[in-house]
Amino acid sequence: MSTVSSAVLSSLALSTQGLDKRFGSLVVASDINLAIPHGVRYALIGPNGAGKTTLINLITGMLRPDAGRIVLGDTDITTFKPDARVKRGLVRTFQINQLFPHLNALEAVTLAVCERRGVAGEWWKPLPAYGEAVDEAYAILKSLALATDCYRLTRELAYGQQRLLEIALALATRPKVLLLDEPAAGVPRGEGAELFSAIAGLSKDITVLFIEHDMDIVFRFASRIIVMVGGRILVEGTPQEIAADARVREVYLGGDAP
Amino acid sequence: MTLGPIFGVLFDGVAYGMLLFLLSVGLSVTLGMMNFVNLAHCAFAMLGGYVTVTLINVYGWPFLATLPLAFLAAAIASVALERTLYRRLYRASELDQVLLTIGLTFMSVGAAAYVFGTIQQPVQTPSYLRGSIGFLGASFGVYRLFLVGVGLSITLLLAFALEYTRFGAQVRAAVDNQRMARGLGINVDLAFAITFALGSGLAGLGGALAIEVVGLDPAFAFAYLVYVLIVVSVGGLGSVGGSFAAAILLGVTDIAGKYYVPQVGAFLIYLMMVVLLMWRPAGLFGRR
Amino acid sequence: MAVSSSAAFDPNLYLQAQTRWQPIEYAFWAATLLPFLLFPHHLVLASQIAITALFALSLDLILGYAGIVSLGHAAFFGLGAYTAGIMSKYGWGDPFVGLLVGPAVAGLAGYATSFIISRFRHLPLIMITMGLGFLLLEAANSAEWLTGGSDGLQGVRIGPLFGRLRFDLWGYTSYAYSLCVLFLVFLVTRRLINSPFGLALRGIRENPVRMPAIGAPSRSHIRTIYTISAIVAGIAGTVLAQTTSTVSLGVLDFQRSAEVVIILVLGGAGRLYGGLVGAIIFMVARDQFSGIAPQYWYFWIGALLVSVVMLLPNGILGGLARLTSSWRDKAS
Repeated sequence: MSTVSSAVLSSLALSTQGLDKRFGSLVVASDINLAIPHGVRYALIGPNGAGKTTLINLITGMLRPDAGRIVLGDTDITTFKPDARVKRGLVRTFQINQLFPHLNALEAVTLAVCERRGVAGEWWKPLPAYGEAVDEAYAILKSLALATDCYRLTRELAYGQQRLLEIALALATRPKVLLLDEPAAGVPRGEGAELFSAIAGLSKDITVLFIEHDMDIVFRFASRIIVMVGGRILVEGTPQEIAADARVREVYLGGDAP
Repeated sequence: MTLGPIFGVLFDGVAYGMLLFLLSVGLSVTLGMMNFVNLAHCAFAMLGGYVTVTLINVYGWPFLATLPLAFLAAAIASVALERTLYRRLYRASELDQVLLTIGLTFMSVGAAAYVFGTIQQPVQTPSYLRGSIGFLGASFGVYRLFLVGVGLSITLLLAFALEYTRFGAQVRAAVDNQRMARGLGINVDLAFAITFALGSGLAGLGGALAIEVVGLDPAFAFAYLVYVLIVVSVGGLGSVGGSFAAAILLGVTDIAGKYYVPQVGAFLIYLMMVVLLMWRPAGLFGRR
Repeated sequence: MAVSSSAAFDPNLYLQAQTRWQPIEYAFWAATLLPFLLFPHHLVLASQIAITALFALSLDLILGYAGIVSLGHAAFFGLGAYTAGIMSKYGWGDPFVGLLVGPAVAGLAGYATSFIISRFRHLPLIMITMGLGFLLLEAANSAEWLTGGSDGLQGVRIGPLFGRLRFDLWGYTSYAYSLCVLFLVFLVTRRLINSPFGLALRGIRENPVRMPAIGAPSRSHIRTIYTISAIVAGIAGTVLAQTTSTVSLGVLDFQRSAEVVIILVLGGAGRLYGGLVGAIIFMVARDQFSGIAPQYWYFWIGALLVSVVMLLPNGILGGLARLTSSWRDKAS
């Protein structure tokens, strides 16, 4: 039922058509249509409970939609398993840290690198034999200023470092489309410097869609903003258009208006 | 018209199922509420059984009078354990909970063997509960009729309490969504403590009633644990109706299996459980 | 891990240091030779301990490293034992042949069931593993023509090792054989744990939600380790059948499955040596207790289990690790 031609579709990094999801009588996603071109930085905002994380779960395959399509590049990934989507470059981070508490940062990122390289199933050679993977992991950690503490257990890292590790894990998979779920969640304003520069420093080859409540980050990084309310997309547009939109202001009455 | 032998088998199966229900319902509800895997549940049942045995054989109590005591003893024991040990492990891994409660069961088995010896306990059921009644050509054991009666009354009581009392509503809310229930101001911890005591008490009652049907020895705590776990996982955690259905299903299948295909034995039960769990991991009536 | 926080510490060197053999490991394996000198009358027991240690090692692979709780692992142990025993009835009694076929059968069964196991977690998984274990037990019980049923397997005729060394009641051959098998399998599993696959298993244990999100095919990983674990359990069962020339239903029952879980947790899961340490302590304690009435054993093992869970959640090795790291912190 798409009215968008396939030529246009493949010029998009990620698109969804008519995504629906409900739990009983609770509608968490209704007719979600996204069209995200390559290399952009889009922000997804909306009040709590609007369904933003649910949408990410639907796109990444952790939830199965009741209806609709998801297209990554030129491939319809609607029925793909979550790890298959990651292998094709669709990667997300979690709003609440999903890390490996008893692995240290080096091990965690090395694991992600090994999975990407397809060698994580090899059990007959010791880890030191995979020097390239280890070096790659270390380089990622270094770029996020996590190298000095990379031998400490994840559970012993400071919260801000853990947030960075979330991103490191995602970067280790060499994403083409990166979905960041509130990357700065819980990080105090003063400590977010590394986080901000990490997001700013993301390669232009990566398409980024991020959920954020912090309007500073949104207006600083996003070229386009999508507003979700109650499982639907209310409006989308440039930051200036959104800031001026009366409906958005109404939804955010008393909230994080810039 | 006469009833064929199948009715006798079905009746025995239903009676056995009632017993299993009494033994299992407490575990199902507490598992559904707090997700705490209490494998010592049948040790409480065993405690109830031994209380009854002691009261009858040593103190000469009448059988029916011992039943409330069996219930109370198990309930009190469960509260004591919950206050001291269980509540520290509510957030622990399943494995830790399994190991703790298995350890407690081992201890109870050892203690029972020490105090009562390893032989089956002889208990004289009162004369009015012995024998059988003939009806349409089939004979129905009086004790089993008694079991069915007790089972049905308690089921109805539970169903009524859950549906129509405020406490029942709290329990249902806590099973459904614990965080939400707390947020609504329901004292989930208290509700759980009461439910846990009630459930363990019912197990104790079941243990007392089971003596006549399956006998009582220290191995009881483990032997029936398997059946109880089957009922709970097949019926669905937190579901009284599910436990009831699963218990009857298991009881009938077991008795009918032993009657019609004895060489297959318990194989059928385990096969049924594995297949059912694979089809519906949350149990027939479970959520999630 | 107390490591110098020098920023220039090379990650590759770090990993090499992690995977290197520690002096205490050499000491441990040297100590396993002591029974030949110090306890020459208890070599049969020593052989039993080695077999149990191997069985616990197999469980550590799935429980300690991948986080799969199984209350039915004796199924693979028993399959190995029965296969070796039945083969020997029909003339295939050479130990090395048995060591090839027994674990292969167990491994096949493990592979088949891994498709079921990898789909479930938490209580349903525990129940299914338990149920499958009981299924096999009942099947073995009923198939009297094959297994001898509750009387045990009759006519087991294990051949001598290398054509010359018999498994006798003195136990020299038995212990030497069991120990060698244990050591060789240990070497393989140690390598596995320190490989990228070992890292992936720990990832699954630590956070099964994150694994697919980094592109990990968790189910495939679980199937692989479950199969390997079944093979190792099968090896343990095979060695038991061969060194004792008896196979009974006890190799398959729930008690054996529960015991190996207790042993592993006692020693400390996820540390590779935990199962070995646990086996030594458990079996020696039980041997000492066997003089006293068995019902007391149940009470004390229960009390031990409760204590371990409440006080030493990471088992004995975990407790020791905590002690040494707190000493090290105080010293630095």
